[in-house]
Amino acid sequence: MLEHYLSLFVKSVFVENIVLAFFLGMCSFLAVSKRVETAFGLGLAVIFVLTITAPLNWIIHEYLLKDGALTWVSSDWAGIDLSFLNFITFIATIAASVQLVEMVIDKYSPVLYAALGIFLPLIAVNCAILGSSLFMVEREYNLAETAVFGFGAGFGFFLAIISIASIRHKTRYSNIPSGLRGLGMAMLITGLMSMAFMLFSGIQL
Amino acid sequence: MAEVTQTNVQLQPREKLFSKKNLKILREPLSDNNPISFQVLGICSALATTVQMRTALVMSLAVVFVLTMSNVTVSLLRNKIPSKIRIIVELAVVASLVILVDQLLKAYLYDISKQLSVFVGLIITNCIILGRAEAFALQNKPWPSFLDGLGNALGYGWILMVIALGREVLGSGSFMGFTIIPQFLYNMGYENMGLMVLAPGAFILLGLLIWAQRSITKTVHE
Repeated sequence: MLEHYLSLFVKSVFVENIVLAFFLGMCSFLAVSKRVETAFGLGLAVIFVLTITAPLNWIIHEYLLKDGALTWVSSDWAGIDLSFLNFITFIATIAASVQLVEMVIDKYSPVLYAALGIFLPLIAVNCAILGSSLFMVEREYNLAETAVFGFGAGFGFFLAIISIASIRHKTRYSNIPSGLRGLGMAMLITGLMSMAFMLFSGIQL
Repeated sequence: MAEVTQTNVQLQPREKLFSKKNLKILREPLSDNNPISFQVLGICSALATTVQMRTALVMSLAVVFVLTMSNVTVSLLRNKIPSKIRIIVELAVVASLVILVDQLLKAYLYDISKQLSVFVGLIITNCIILGRAEAFALQNKPWPSFLDGLGNALGYGWILMVIALGREVLGSGSFMGFTIIPQFLYNMGYENMGLMVLAPGAFILLGLLIWAQRSITKTVHE
């Protein structure tokens, strides 16, 4: 049983890395990877929010929105399928929980707030977060799998953004053709990183 | 009082629908201020949906619809939205439009909707849409906002189509699903470039495209 979860974790971190294999969260991945410190902060915030929102959205989907999910209220409602409301509910949950998390951190841990503070509002519109919730529905995970997948996806994002920030830091004074500077070079580096991560795809636990 | 305002309105000639200013709004995002290659927005879906040209085309059309409609809606509501909760209001507008698109795709283009999988839903968090709502539609009238939305969506669309063209022709040897590389080339030892179908190919192709475009327009960033 434990092996199954471990394998899912490794898969979501390396083999199916949310940035390098599914292109999710690219905007913030490119925009916030100029400095290692800020990349570290954003990475932590993404892990944090993903671990909370993925299971939360699972519960909402399972008990409110899924086809026949409302059977627990009354057996007359067994035929109700609200899954077309997935998008708007998920994004509302994400926006609300980001706001809540921000308030809680602000109250109880000023140090953490100082580190994550400016990144938290950004995360509400990071597609990695919404994407993981949608993947969790599409792949029909159960609650424990969703929690592991959420954490794994967040950790994968963290790993990817730290690596690219370090590489971009190293290339800061390289002599790059002027049209390629900035975004162009970042895309090429990401391509090479993604190739490197593909080497993990043979791993089976 | 009423008379005065009426004369004021009459004194100002109504701006033409396709005045120079409006055309500029429409044209600029196509090249000089392209949402993908210059503003660095909406990269995720630009890469994920471009393995085949058909999915890229459907995705572009979906974004054209959502972006123009959301810009018009936000622009119509711009004086009613309190600035503190504007993001939530914008997200609600966009999410409703995306649900509409998703249901339509599921009804009429089920295969493509399956291939696009979560990426239709991710139009909600496509930064171009929120970005244009924030930066343009909140300050401008509906018609210019419509043009701005259309221009940006088309600017997004053509980059998508170019990447999809490269990936499909090099990666699977076909164009819009029809095989175009003749068999005798394969017999002579030509092979499809598997890399292009996978994630790294998309990254590298977009990087090269950005390089080419920025070299042509001579814009230097950072």
